[in-house]
Amino acid sequence: MAQKLRIAVHKFASCDGCQMQFLNLEQDLLTLARQVEIVHFAEATSVMQQGPYDVSFVEGSISTSTDLQRIQQVRAASRMLITIGACATAGGLQALRNWKDHGEFVRAIYARPEYIDSLAQSTPVSAHVKVDAELWGCPIDQQQLKRVLSDVLARITPRIPGESVCMECKRAGNVCVLVTKGEPCLGPVTRTGCGALCPRYERDCYGCFGPQEDGNARALGRRFQALGLSADEIVRRFRFINGWAPAMRAGAQAWEKQKPIIENMD
Amino acid sequence: MTAQSRLLARADFNALIHALEAQGYRVLGPRERAGAIVFDEITRAEDLPVGRVSAQQPGSYRLEDSGNGRFFDYVHGPESLKRFLFAPEERLWTVSAEGTVSFKETLPEARPVAVIGARACDIAGMQVQDRTFLAGNEKIPPLLKGGHGGIYTDPYYATRRENLFIVAVNCTRSAATCFCASMDTGPRARAGYDLALTELEDDFLVEANSTAGEALLAALPLRNADAGAESAAAEAIEAAAVSQTRRMDTTGIQALLFDNLEHPRWDDVAERCLSCGNCTMVCPTCFCHSETDVTSLDGATSEHRRQWDSCFALDHSYLHGAQIRPQIRQRYRQWLTHKLASWIEQFGTSGCVGCGRCITWCPTGIDLIEEVNAIRATPGAQRAADI
Repeated sequence: MAQKLRIAVHKFASCDGCQMQFLNLEQDLLTLARQVEIVHFAEATSVMQQGPYDVSFVEGSISTSTDLQRIQQVRAASRMLITIGACATAGGLQALRNWKDHGEFVRAIYARPEYIDSLAQSTPVSAHVKVDAELWGCPIDQQQLKRVLSDVLARITPRIPGESVCMECKRAGNVCVLVTKGEPCLGPVTRTGCGALCPRYERDCYGCFGPQEDGNARALGRRFQALGLSADEIVRRFRFINGWAPAMRAGAQAWEKQKPIIENMD
Repeated sequence: MTAQSRLLARADFNALIHALEAQGYRVLGPRERAGAIVFDEITRAEDLPVGRVSAQQPGSYRLEDSGNGRFFDYVHGPESLKRFLFAPEERLWTVSAEGTVSFKETLPEARPVAVIGARACDIAGMQVQDRTFLAGNEKIPPLLKGGHGGIYTDPYYATRRENLFIVAVNCTRSAATCFCASMDTGPRARAGYDLALTELEDDFLVEANSTAGEALLAALPLRNADAGAESAAAEAIEAAAVSQTRRMDTTGIQALLFDNLEHPRWDDVAERCLSCGNCTMVCPTCFCHSETDVTSLDGATSEHRRQWDSCFALDHSYLHGAQIRPQIRQRYRQWLTHKLASWIEQFGTSGCVGCGRCITWCPTGIDLIEEVNAIRATPGAQRAADI
């Protein structure tokens, strides 16, 4: 066995849910501990070592000027950088501000807006530094995380499927909620990886795993319109947890009146 | 087979289920779940979708009450026989690195399974897949011949296939998306089944088509069918064929599609296609799959897994650092030209059996017949080149 890999988990603007998925590996963490050394993981331990790291997992979006600097440091200290979750991979729910006047929010909410150091846009890690692999989801899926970890340990490129949720639905024998009930399911344009969790319970997919590799959100929007959704409802459908991901943005674009305040950074 | 056909009273249907159970079969049949008819385990006639019919349109499937007590008027749901033979996901082998590296094939359990309610299109689809997975099989040589085919038998498919008992149901009703009559595969099952049922007023006309099927008949409370029952069955099946409004014109289809690879219709359909892969998942003949290794965290063991894949997934055309079909236009074209045209050269048969599932279960309701007709209407048209 080669020397143990030095693993770090970094947090940016996020809810910690993806880090919790890491911790919830429970029994597998003991196995993992024999293979790797977790040297930096704020959610798990207060002992935080400096780099270099073999692999850095990054949770959260880039949301403050401090984040802008810190992500550069993380990148420089890491041989491999893997984003975990919708925030780090697509900007997250907090990217909803990207379509609005950020300053207005700050002034409306905080008594002393001058103390608030947040950027006008919430952006994915890939908008700032090179990313080696992206784990999607809100939160990420433990099976996918384990798969990526075992790939990393085997020193091979992590394999992350890019196909649609529909593929997983059909394999699992789930009945299509769009075709049988006319539900505005985002499954056809959403990436698999969740185990088709919502459709399995006869719920429409809301896209928490981000866009599939090459779907057609504009065509799905037209289908939603035929199902009776208004233009505003279609925009809200695409502009949610992964709304800032380019494919979801394109899906909403055709139906929206308002353009982003600032043009996209990636 | 021209054996005497017999009648099973609808009220005696449980006898069929029980006879199969008594012979050790796991009995699967149509059941209603989540707004569709799917195959699942059944133990009694009440489990069947009694009095239910499917209203199918491009991109839409609704179950409705028929107001009668018939068992099989629903026509079909998203599933064919495919998932019981070519598993959606399965382990092919495991490898262990503990001590010496060793490999172990993990064949499926050879458990007899009986499926009640397979339609002519499902069986035709199975026979098409037999050409892919049973090419070298001597126990069940593929019925269809011709094409380049292959010489390999897939032991996972073959194990299930050898243990499958098929109770076919001849369709006496067609869905609006059905076009098996034009593909010459139905609505009457012709071969490849053990028993065939045709639903009449109060009875099922029962015909056996295998030794196993004949043996099962002996366990059923049957009475001989008279000529009236046989002609009533034939008329009902013919009526289902005549009622089909969709029809695939396959005249010269190989030349038509391959002479029109740059037709603007491929761009048009790419505007509507989600590239979600639903059509390929519900297709009874699509056989594409991907294989991956799942390694344990300690690196000591690994599983080699196979799962249904689709030519609509971008990864499927990934070769040596490049996507060879990066556009939806190219992927749809790949699917349709293979399904309807190059399949004939490859396997000696069309890859389409006319079940219409790809039309019903396409979220945006793309109808492959319309796509073919559009190209047929303006052959030779050329798309503008990509800028």
